[in-house]
Amino acid sequence: MAQMTMIQAITDALRVELKNDENVLVFGEDVGQNGGVFRATEGLQDEFGEERVFDTPLAESAIAGISIGLATQGYRPVPELQFFGFVYEAMDAINGQMARLRYRSGNTMNAPITIRSPFGGGVHTPELHADSLEGLIAQQPGMKVVIPSNPYDAKGLLISSIRDNDPVVFLEHMKLYRSFREEVPEEDYSVELGKANVKREGTDVTLIAYGAMVHSSLKAAEELDKEGISAEVIDLRTVMPVDFETILKSVEKTNRVVMVQEAQRQAGMASYIVSNIQERAILHLEAPILTVAAPDTVYAFTQAEEVWLPNYNDIIEKVNAVINF
Amino acid sequence: MKRTLENIEEQFETFQILNEEGKIVNKDAMPELSDEELKEIMYRMVYTRILDQRSIALNRQGRLGFYAPTAGQEASQLGTQFALEKEDFILPGYRDVPQLIWHGLPLYQAFLFSRGHFHGNQFPEGVNALSPQIIIGAQYTQAAGVAMGMKKRGKKSVAITYTGDGGTSQGDFYEGINFAGAYKAPAIFVVQNNHFAISVPVEKQTNAKTLAQKAVAAGIEGIQVDGMDVLAVYAVTKEARDRAVNGEGPTLIEALTYRYGPHTMAGDDPTRYRTEDLDTEWEKKDPIVRFRKFLEEKGLWSEDEENEVIDKAKEEIKAAIKKTDEQPKQKVSELIGNMYEELPQNLQEQLEEFKAKESK
Repeated sequence: MAQMTMIQAITDALRVELKNDENVLVFGEDVGQNGGVFRATEGLQDEFGEERVFDTPLAESAIAGISIGLATQGYRPVPELQFFGFVYEAMDAINGQMARLRYRSGNTMNAPITIRSPFGGGVHTPELHADSLEGLIAQQPGMKVVIPSNPYDAKGLLISSIRDNDPVVFLEHMKLYRSFREEVPEEDYSVELGKANVKREGTDVTLIAYGAMVHSSLKAAEELDKEGISAEVIDLRTVMPVDFETILKSVEKTNRVVMVQEAQRQAGMASYIVSNIQERAILHLEAPILTVAAPDTVYAFTQAEEVWLPNYNDIIEKVNAVINF
Repeated sequence: MKRTLENIEEQFETFQILNEEGKIVNKDAMPELSDEELKEIMYRMVYTRILDQRSIALNRQGRLGFYAPTAGQEASQLGTQFALEKEDFILPGYRDVPQLIWHGLPLYQAFLFSRGHFHGNQFPEGVNALSPQIIIGAQYTQAAGVAMGMKKRGKKSVAITYTGDGGTSQGDFYEGINFAGAYKAPAIFVVQNNHFAISVPVEKQTNAKTLAQKAVAAGIEGIQVDGMDVLAVYAVTKEARDRAVNGEGPTLIEALTYRYGPHTMAGDDPTRYRTEDLDTEWEKKDPIVRFRKFLEEKGLWSEDEENEVIDKAKEEIKAAIKKTDEQPKQKVSELIGNMYEELPQNLQEQLEEFKAKESK
């Protein structure tokens, strides 16, 4: 076991899979010599060579597009989109193309591609570097979307994503890259996709979150505990498909839910999850499900982002509202 | 200071071997093709013309779905395909179904594709291709990736992809040729310039005098060819293929051609944007007419032979459409099964729902 940050755990997962499977290719803008702008691919080109780990020209649509072509030749591409705000450039190649390869070919072809990309607010980036755009991909049948909240999960989930035979968008919250370390096994292990994790057990209310909001939810749960409110915190880990089994089990126990996401409120993951809970468990609910989310504006880059981003106080406020309903 | 665009057309002169009268005008460039191969090319062009006529008729009878007519473009489509080997990988646009057929896709599957049945895209073993692309230009970046993969695998094969004049305005067009150039990937990028992107003429599409010159910015070879001259199209594709497998990188081929019919059978009316004079002008350049003259001159073709091909094509099309009709209608429950390797919970539930609906 070693103490690792999330970015180190991600590099480690890439190393494990580059070693395990000669078909794994890691590429993108600045990922080779430079080791990636966040150093996620640090040292990998030296270790595995330029045929396996390489720089690409600067064009997101082609980075996603060549991944499909490489997949037809038996490769397992792991491209990086330098920031997920740049995904708009690659939307057709992802949602219009790789998501549909299996379907379009009548299940005779598949796209075992894992697109890694940093996202998330709170690190004072310029515009289109921080947006939470997981909902864009989650709406596309054929795609999977994975968002780890900690180093252990990041490594295990990335290994599972790379081994998955369907395309995965793997989103790495920038604020979590180096914010803390934890024990991460140095060997090969995996965390199953599509399975949520109960990060904290509780009896009065269920907080559902993913990415950085898992930590805001845990902090809120600690504060609430002082007031005598016992909050259960679920880390979704995979936001498409959603693990409703774990969610419903918790809802049946706590009877109250606050859904937490960093993304804007309109459309998005929270709406989908909340509508499913009410369809499946309305009789278990003692109060309406409330949502903590960012306001429906363009991401408030830099100047106002601390206020714009949801935080643990917002969560506490909504928990109090569902408890006192 | 030298002006970049001065006389640029001279650098991209239209390459031709066979003129409109069926005479060889470029003897040195004549490709090495046996009499049998020359006849095979004619066979395929005549067959494909009949297939187009029958497909249009079948579409009008409601027996085919989405169909993009091909008449006029036979030399561009089949001349490029004839230069390929079986192990080469085709990334077609939606009009490029004939190339798939001559690469080994059974006719009834092409018809199923037209009807939107996924079995049409379940290519038999050995048919190396993607299904026809709907998004203009998306196949260009994918072709770069296929070619990169072939190079990494050490294969002696190429990826060939097709778009039209309109496609050269797309970002993916530039990204695709640039990536392939940067990695010296064995790709052939074909632009069938049929002069109209649905209704917009190529003159409005770009200020570039030729589309072949777009290769220059990507640092790859570019050539403009008479796309109604099957020998010229074959020769340039063959050369592009040889260079690609020798590690000399990709080529952009602009084939000057014309589609006689509408853009698709879904209500396009070419009289709104093309004149009869222009149609007539291009019909004079017809790829089959000039190749027939050439073959007849060599004593390799006759009216009887052509009629035999026409009859054979009609017979086979008839049998294929019958086989198409026999294919069971696809079910939503089957489509659900084609979404992921393992169905997630939401789709498992929906699968049960649709199985129940479909068993009623």
